[in-house]
Formats: sequence, C-alpha cells, structure tokens
Amino acid sequence: MERNSKKLSRANKIAPPSAATREKTEYTIAAYRAVKCVPLLLVFVSGCSGNQSSLNAAGDQANSISHLWWIFCAVMSVIYTLVVLFAVIAVSRRTGEPDTPILSPNPKGERRLTIALGGFVGVTAAILLYFMVSDFAAGRDMRTLSDPNPLRILIKGHQWWWEVQYENDVSSNIVVTANEIHLPEGKAVQFDLQASDVIHSFWSPNFDGKKDLVPGHPTSLWFRPTRTGTFYGQCAEFCGLQHAHMRFTVVVEKPDAFQKWLTAQSQIAPSPATDLQKHGQQVFLHGTCIMCHTIAGTPARGTLGPDLTHLAGRQMIGAGTIPNTRGHLGGWILDAPRIKPGVRMPQNVLSPADFQALLAYLETLK
Amino acid sequence: MKTFLKAGALAVVAALVCVSCKREQRTFRAPPAQAEPAEMVRASDLHAGGPETNSAAPAGYQETSYALSEGQQLYSSFNCIGCHAHGGGGMGVPLMDDKWIYGSQPEQIFATIVQGRPKGMPSFRGRLNEKQVWELVAYVRSLSGLVPHATASGRNDHIQAEPPPNSIEPAKPKNVSSPE
Repeated sequence: MERNSKKLSRANKIAPPSAATREKTEYTIAAYRAVKCVPLLLVFVSGCSGNQSSLNAAGDQANSISHLWWIFCAVMSVIYTLVVLFAVIAVSRRTGEPDTPILSPNPKGERRLTIALGGFVGVTAAILLYFMVSDFAAGRDMRTLSDPNPLRILIKGHQWWWEVQYENDVSSNIVVTANEIHLPEGKAVQFDLQASDVIHSFWSPNFDGKKDLVPGHPTSLWFRPTRTGTFYGQCAEFCGLQHAHMRFTVVVEKPDAFQKWLTAQSQIAPSPATDLQKHGQQVFLHGTCIMCHTIAGTPARGTLGPDLTHLAGRQMIGAGTIPNTRGHLGGWILDAPRIKPGVRMPQNVLSPADFQALLAYLETLK
Repeated sequence: MKTFLKAGALAVVAALVCVSCKREQRTFRAPPAQAEPAEMVRASDLHAGGPETNSAAPAGYQETSYALSEGQQLYSSFNCIGCHAHGGGGMGVPLMDDKWIYGSQPEQIFATIVQGRPKGMPSFRGRLNEKQVWELVAYVRSLSGLVPHATASGRNDHIQAEPPPNSIEPAKPKNVSSPE
C-alpha cells in the first residue's frame, strides 16, 4: 500500500512538468493566433485616423461627436469585459453536481441576491442617464455655433455630383464649382443644402454629422474647420445607381490662401492662347459639351452638368470617381457611361485632332 | 401528403418571386452616334391612300419610365420649356394636344428635333446625341398621353391643373362643326 502510494506520488512528480509543457505550448499557439490578429486589428484602428473619419476630428462639431463616441466606447468596453469575466467565473465555478432541492427558505441568501440585482439595475440606469446627458451636451455643443457673418455656401445635390456655390452679395463674385469645397481654417461656414432630383445626404465626417438634402425643402448645416488639410466626404443617403460615386473633397486652407483661391475662382476662364487651344474651344462651343456645361466668359451656359470654368484646378472628376489627369479626362469625355454607368454625360464622337485640341483647351481652365 | 402540400406552396412562392425578377431594362450606354434622322421621314400624317398603320418602334427608342424621366430632365435643361412650357406652349406650339404639324410618330418627332422646323424651332443637329434625342421624344409623346400608362409618372413635378402623366388620355381630334 505504502509502496503503491509512493509510486503514485513519484508518478505525480513526473507528470506535472509534462502537463505544464503541454499547457505552455497551447498558450504559445493561442498567443501566436492572437498576434496574427493584430494586423487585422490595426486595419480597424487605422479607420480612426483617416481623412474621412469622425474620429479624426478637424472641426469643433466632429470633436463633440468623437468625444461622445469615446465615452460610449470606454463605458461599453468596461461593461463588456465585466460581463465576459463574470461568465467565465460562473462557468469555471460550476461543480457539475446535481442541484440539491431547496427544502427551506434561505432569507439571508435571498436578501443578498436582491441587493446585488437592485444594485446592478441602479448602476445600469445611472449609466444610461449619463449617456443621455452626455448625448444632449454633445448635441448642444454641435448646434450652438453662430456667427453673424459666416461663409455661406450653397450645396446642391444632383444625381450624382455636388454643385458648390459660394454666395456673395455682389452677384459677379459668386463662385460656382463642383465636387470640391475649399474652406478657410477657423471660420464658421453655413451650408445651405438643396437637392435637385432625389434625396441626398451631405456627410463630411471630419467636420460634422450628416444632413439630408430633400428636394423642395432647403436645409442648412453649420460647422467650423479647425485644422488645414484635405478631407473627403460623400453622399450618405442611397440616391440611385452611382450613389457610391457621389463623393467630394474638402480642402481646408489658411485664410489668406483661401481668399486667393476664391478670388481666382471668381475670374472668368482664361482665353485660349495657342491655335490648338482656340480650336479646342471651338470644339467645345460647337459640339455637344455646350448643351450641359458652363464655362464663364464663353457662350457656354448649360446647367445640367458641372461648371467647368476652373476644371483643371480640381483634384478629381466624376464626383471623386477618377483623378483629374489628362488621360482620365480623355477617357471620361469619350466614354463616361463606361466609367460611371447611369451618368447623364453621354459618349462622344470626336476626331483625334478635335479630341486633342479639346483636351489642350480644358487643361487651360485653371 | 403534407410534404406534397409543402412542396406545392414552396413552388407557388418561387413562381411569385420569379415574377418580380422581370424589371425594366435600362440602356446606359448607347452607341456614340450623333443624332441623325433615318432618311425619308415623312413629316406629315396627311398623305394619299388609306390610313397608315403604326410602324415598329425605331431602334434606340424606348417608352420606359427611365427614358421618360431622363427625357423630362433634358427637356427642362435644354430649355424646351422656354418655348413649349410644360407642354402648354407659349412662343412655340403646345405639345399636349392632338395637333402635330410634323407628325406624332417617334421618327417624326426625332426628325423635328434634329432638323429644326420653320418659324422658330431650332435644329439640334450636332448638339445632341441619339440617346438623348430618343429620351426627349419619349417625354414629348408622354405629354399628350401617347406612351403606355404604366411607364408614365404617377405624379406631377410641377404645379399644373391637369391629371398626373400616367392618367392623361391620348389626345383625340375633337368634332368641330363648321360654322353655319
């Protein structure tokens, strides 16, 4: 008997290391798996620092939003961790024995349970109340921006592009552009939002939340950019086939750089200098382009498509669909419906000479 | 028995689902031809012999709700409204009645838009592309109720004292007695 137990204890002495090693390898594998997930996690986290993200605030309004978001995230994370922890404890403490039937009341245990449950309900209510108050506070912070003399911009949503109009009391100083909004740093901006066909939604997450553009019901949105840089926004309400290709660029500049840009934009298009450019202008004015597009300073007064007066100064074409390079522009002119099916811009037939001249002319529209 | 019933019910549901698969076909990418009417489009319905039967719809012409709404957009953007208003006419002839000086067939309206007509209707040759003209034709025909009811819009986009587009009866010549 004694010998047997000795043997057993010896065996026990040998066994633990092997079990520990096994456990260790299992932990190593688990850790390895966790490490493998890190790149994936990084991808998610990288979403927080982009130039189209509410969490990378570049304005007071988005700041309130991201502040609120982090409050929710922190509290929810703590609650989630606690719930998982309790679940793990509950599972590990299960004895597996059959429940003994309760034969007599246990007032002490009942009372303990009641207090614990009541406490949890109270904590939950307090947390929800805290959420509500911080939500109200964020909403008030976002909507108290006022300025007697804001920069006023009219945004008109079309299927599928944005018309941008800088209002001015002097009508010749009104600037019309498309899909690219330049803003001065630190100045309150009032956006007047209109839709020409269906409901769109204006969303530039780095600055503010969304606001719908409803046909026949003008709305407005105020925000103040506080950081220079290039940011992106897009339509946030499904508006048809090319909803995903209805994007815009927001460029925040120092006030004097912005003023310089605005003054340049209020000028009429430069006259073509070379013979090639002059021919290109004739192609534009005597072809199909003139039916839909405007170039200030020429007879082109179309309103169906974007204003092209300063086309060459923009970063993207087709509402953020393709970059504004000579090659992309050429492809867009010849066969826009292939790049963006459903777009109103039709295919165009142009002889190579006319086509090159047209491109040369459009490139002068700085 | 129960299995058969279940299978039958499933088949009925599947058939109903399949029915909803049929939807309007939209053409987004038409051949890049410049608009030019087919040769020899008769400009008038007035001709010798018996009544003309309707010819088949020309290639490229669609009377779909998509074509109509696109046509409506082009109609206002290309300033057809400037002369024809929303069909009631003004400087130009009304488009909502039964009187067609140069014909109401799609080809005839196409030719009118592309070639232009005396006394003010400009020629849009070289300015528009075929798809756009066909869309305009469809919309112009809808103004006098010449397109299928199912394709016309159920509500007006502008204030006017007339029924919505899909409730317009095709305009017919009225009996006019000659003055005694």
